[in-house]
Amino acid sequence: MSYAPNTDADRAAMLRTVGVESIDDLFVDIPVQHRDPVLDLPPALPEIDVIRHLGQLGALNATSDDLPSFLGAGFYRHFVPALVDQQLLRSEWYTAYTPYQPEMAQGTLQAMYEFQSLVCDLTGMDVSNASLYDGASALAEAILLCRGLTRRPRVVIAETVHPAYRDVAATYTSALDVDLQVVPATSRDGTSVRPDNEPLVEAIDDRTSCVVIQRPDFLGMVVDADPIVQAARRHGARVVVVVGDPVSLGLLVPPGDLGADIVVGELRSLAGPPAYGGPGAGMFAVRSQLIRRVPGRIAGRTVDLEGKDAFVLTLQTREQHIRRERATSNITTNQALVILGATISLSALGRRGLREIAEQSLTAAHQAAEALASAGAVVATDAPYFNEFAVHAPEGAAARLDRLRSEGSVLAGVDLGCVSSRFDDLILVAATELTTASDVEALAAAWARTR
Amino acid sequence: MTEEPLIYDLSSPGRQGVRSPLPQFDPVDPGDVLPSSELRSDLPLPEASEIDVMRHFLRLSHKNHSVDTAMYPLGSCTMKYNPKVNEVTARTPGLADIHPYQPPETAQGALELIYELEALLAAITGFPAVSTQPAAGSQGELCGLLSILAWHESRGETRTQVLVPDSAHGTNPATGTMSGLQVISLPTADDGGIDLQNLKESLGPGVAAIMLTLPSTLGLFERRIAEVVELVHAAGAQVYCDGANMNAMLGRVRPADLGIDVMHLNLHKTFSTPHGGGGPGAGALAVQAHLEPFLPGPRVVRNGDTYELADPPPTSIGRVHSHLGNFGNLVRAYTYIRSLGADGLREAADDAVLNANYLRAALSDDYDLPYDRTCMHEVVLAGTRQRRLGVRTLDIAKRLIDYGIHPPTIYFPIIVDEALMIEPTETESRESLDNFIDVMRRIAREAESDPDKLHDAPVNAPVRRLDEVTANRRPNVRRQPPASGT
Repeated sequence: MSYAPNTDADRAAMLRTVGVESIDDLFVDIPVQHRDPVLDLPPALPEIDVIRHLGQLGALNATSDDLPSFLGAGFYRHFVPALVDQQLLRSEWYTAYTPYQPEMAQGTLQAMYEFQSLVCDLTGMDVSNASLYDGASALAEAILLCRGLTRRPRVVIAETVHPAYRDVAATYTSALDVDLQVVPATSRDGTSVRPDNEPLVEAIDDRTSCVVIQRPDFLGMVVDADPIVQAARRHGARVVVVVGDPVSLGLLVPPGDLGADIVVGELRSLAGPPAYGGPGAGMFAVRSQLIRRVPGRIAGRTVDLEGKDAFVLTLQTREQHIRRERATSNITTNQALVILGATISLSALGRRGLREIAEQSLTAAHQAAEALASAGAVVATDAPYFNEFAVHAPEGAAARLDRLRSEGSVLAGVDLGCVSSRFDDLILVAATELTTASDVEALAAAWARTR
Repeated sequence: MTEEPLIYDLSSPGRQGVRSPLPQFDPVDPGDVLPSSELRSDLPLPEASEIDVMRHFLRLSHKNHSVDTAMYPLGSCTMKYNPKVNEVTARTPGLADIHPYQPPETAQGALELIYELEALLAAITGFPAVSTQPAAGSQGELCGLLSILAWHESRGETRTQVLVPDSAHGTNPATGTMSGLQVISLPTADDGGIDLQNLKESLGPGVAAIMLTLPSTLGLFERRIAEVVELVHAAGAQVYCDGANMNAMLGRVRPADLGIDVMHLNLHKTFSTPHGGGGPGAGALAVQAHLEPFLPGPRVVRNGDTYELADPPPTSIGRVHSHLGNFGNLVRAYTYIRSLGADGLREAADDAVLNANYLRAALSDDYDLPYDRTCMHEVVLAGTRQRRLGVRTLDIAKRLIDYGIHPPTIYFPIIVDEALMIEPTETESRESLDNFIDVMRRIAREAESDPDKLHDAPVNAPVRRLDEVTANRRPNVRRQPPASGT
C-alpha cells in the first residue's frame, strides 16, 4: 500500500506505452550490484493501527493536562481560537506549495501579505518577510544581513538572548568571518538578578556590525533599550531585537519605536501548541531601506492585466532559485502554514483580544510570583517583567525542579543554568492566559512541600 | 472570482472575534508593574467578528490550487497525496501539547519517535547515522557542508571550494556561499550526467565536496556514479547528495551503498508531510560513520529502556534549530513510513518512476525531449518547438491553469531551454495522467492554430497574469498604515 491508485492492469498498459517489459527495466541506470536492497523496516500498519501506535507513543508524554506547567523560555502555550485549526486542515491551504504560479495561489499570497502587514503593525517595522524556519534561524539570518551590510566582523549579543538562538547563530556563522561576542547583561546581588546594560554599551565599538538584545529578555525582564540603541548609533552598528513572546507586543512598545533595525522572534505560540518545539515560525522584519537584503519570501501587492488587485511573490532576485550563490540566503521553504495560523489567530483575537491575553499573561505571572513568595520562595527578578520571572533555588535549580516534579507534580519552570553557570540557582517560571488559579495553587503548594 | 478585501477592511471599531479566557486572577494593571514608557499607546490590529474572519480565510482558500484539488506536477517538489491519517496523528494531544523543555522522563514518547524515525531513515538510505534536526532541506544542506568542513578540519585540512553541477537547484550554490566556500559550477555532459573529464580537472586539493542531486534535476540517474565517487574520494573530497529526489530511489537503491558520504532528505517531499503553501518542511541529514561526530546536536540516544537527550560532542557543528527540528512533521513522516512499510515505499518509487516515463513516452511526439532516455521520477520537456511558433513555456504553463492543472516547474533546470519539469508522483492514477497528456496535446495544437489562446492565458483563474515588474520596482509589501493620530 502506497496511496498509489494504479492497478497491475494499469501498470501493464503503461509499460507497453513506455516500451519496456517490466518496471525493473526503468531502474537499469543504477549500478547492478546496488540495485533492489532489502529494507529492514517494520511491517506496514493499517490506518487504525498506526493511529493506535502513535497514540501509545503520545501517552508516554506528559501534556499540560497531566502536569501543571510553567515552562516558557521561548515556547509558550497561548490561546489559539478553534477556527484556526479548522482552517489549517483545509486542503487548499495545507496541500498547496510555494505560490510560484500566482494565478493559482492568490489565497496563500494574500494571506502572506496580511501576515506581513500584521507583523509590521505589531513590531512597528516597515517590511516583514513571510517567515523563516524559527526564531533561532531568524536571528542567525539577521546577523548575516548585518555582516553583509556593514562588512564589519563583530557581533555583540546579550547573554539574555535565548541561549538556543545564540547557539544557532554561532553555527550559522561558524564558517564565516564573524566574531560573536556574548556579553553579560545582568548583575547578581545575592539571590537577586537585575539588568545591567553597561557591559553591552562598552562592548559596542566601531568594528561592531550589530548588537542583539531580547525583549522581554530570556529572563522575562523588560529592560530599557535606549542606552544600547544610542551606543549602537554612535558606532554605526545596527540594532537587532529578538521578541521573547509575541503576545508581549499586545502591551509593550513596538521594537521599531525603540530604534530597532531588524526584529526577529518566534511566532509558533500564536498558531498552535508547542509541539515539542516545532514547526515554529521565525519572524523577520526590517526597516524599509533593508528590503532588498531580506532573506526568504515576500508577497507584494500588484494588479493583473485587467487592473484587478492581486498578489505575487516579489523581489525574487534576492532568492536562491534566481541568484544561486549570490542569494541573500539559501532558504527555500518557509513556515507558511504556521504563519497562516498566526494570521488567522491575530485576526480573530483582534486589537482587544491580543491586549487582553497579554494582560492576562502578565497578571498570571505576577500572581504566580506572589503565590510563590507566600510559599516561602525568593523571587530573584529585580526588574519589571512581562510573563516570566526567576525564582531562587538555594540547593540549585536542577535539583529543586526535580523535586517539584516528583514530589509536587508540577513542571515549575526551566533551569536558568542553560544561560550561564552564574544562573544555575535560578528557575525561570512562565505563565500565560492559559495558566489557571489552580495551576498557581499547585505550584505554590509544591514549593512549600519541597522547602 | 471577486476580489477579497484585506482583513483590515473587514474591521469595525469595537468588534471582537473570539473572546479571551475568563480572568483567573485579580487583574494586575500593567501600568503598576511596567514603566509607562514601555507600554504601547496603540495596537493597530483589525477588529473583526469570528464569522467574518472565517469567511474571509475560507474565500481566500478557494483561490488556491492544491494537491487535493487536482494534479500538481511541480517538478522537484514531489507533490504527492498527503495522507489524512498523518494530520490525525500529528494532532494527538500527547504529541502536540508537549513542551521542548519538559524533562526527558516526561517526553519519552517524543524521544522514542525521533529515535525510531532516525533509525527508519537510516534503513531506507543505508546511512548509519541520521539527524532530524534540520528544519528544511536547505538547512540540511548547510549542516551537511559544515559537517564536511569540520571533518576536513579534524584531519588538519582546510578546503575552500565546493563543486556544484550547473543543473543543481539554486539552494546548493547558495548553501556553498553560506558555508564560506567558493562555488565552482560543473557543466553537464551531453547525456545529462557528470562530465568526468571536467570533474577530474576541477578536483584539486582545495575542493571540500561535490554536491550531487540524485537523480539529477533532469530526472536522470547518474550512470557514472561509481566513477564520480571514486574520483572525488581519490581527491580527498566528500560526496554530498541532495536528496530532494529520494522518492525515485525508495527500495531501489540505498544512496549510502553508492559511496555517498552525506545526504539530506526532504520529508515534505518523499515522506508525504504536507507542503503547507510553502512550508514547513523538514530536512533530515544522513551521514556515513566518519561524519557522525559532526552532526548537529543535541541528539536522542537510547540508554537501556529509556531515551535521553545527549549534548552534542565538542566535534559537533552545533545546533541549527531552537529545539529538535520540525517535530510535528517528524510525526507525520514517521506515520507515513510505518503505514507503508518496505513494500509500500518501493511501490511508491516504482509508480512514481513509471508515471514519469509514461508521460515521457506519451508527450515526446508533441514536445521536445532534450535528454531522450529512461527517466526516473520526473521528466524534463522543452517548449523549444512551440517557441518557434511564438509561444513560450510560460504561456504553456499559464494555459494549463485554464485546464485546472497546476503547471510543472518551468525554466528549470536552467541548462534546459524553455524547460518544463514534470513530476507526476506515484499518487496520480493512469486516468489522471491521461487527462494531463490530453491537455498537453491540446495545448500543443493550440500553439499551432491559435497561439493567442496561450498568450492570453489564464482566463479561468481568479486573476489574469500579473504586473510583476511594478511589484518589484515599487514594492508594496504591507497595507498602508493609517496616518498617525487616526
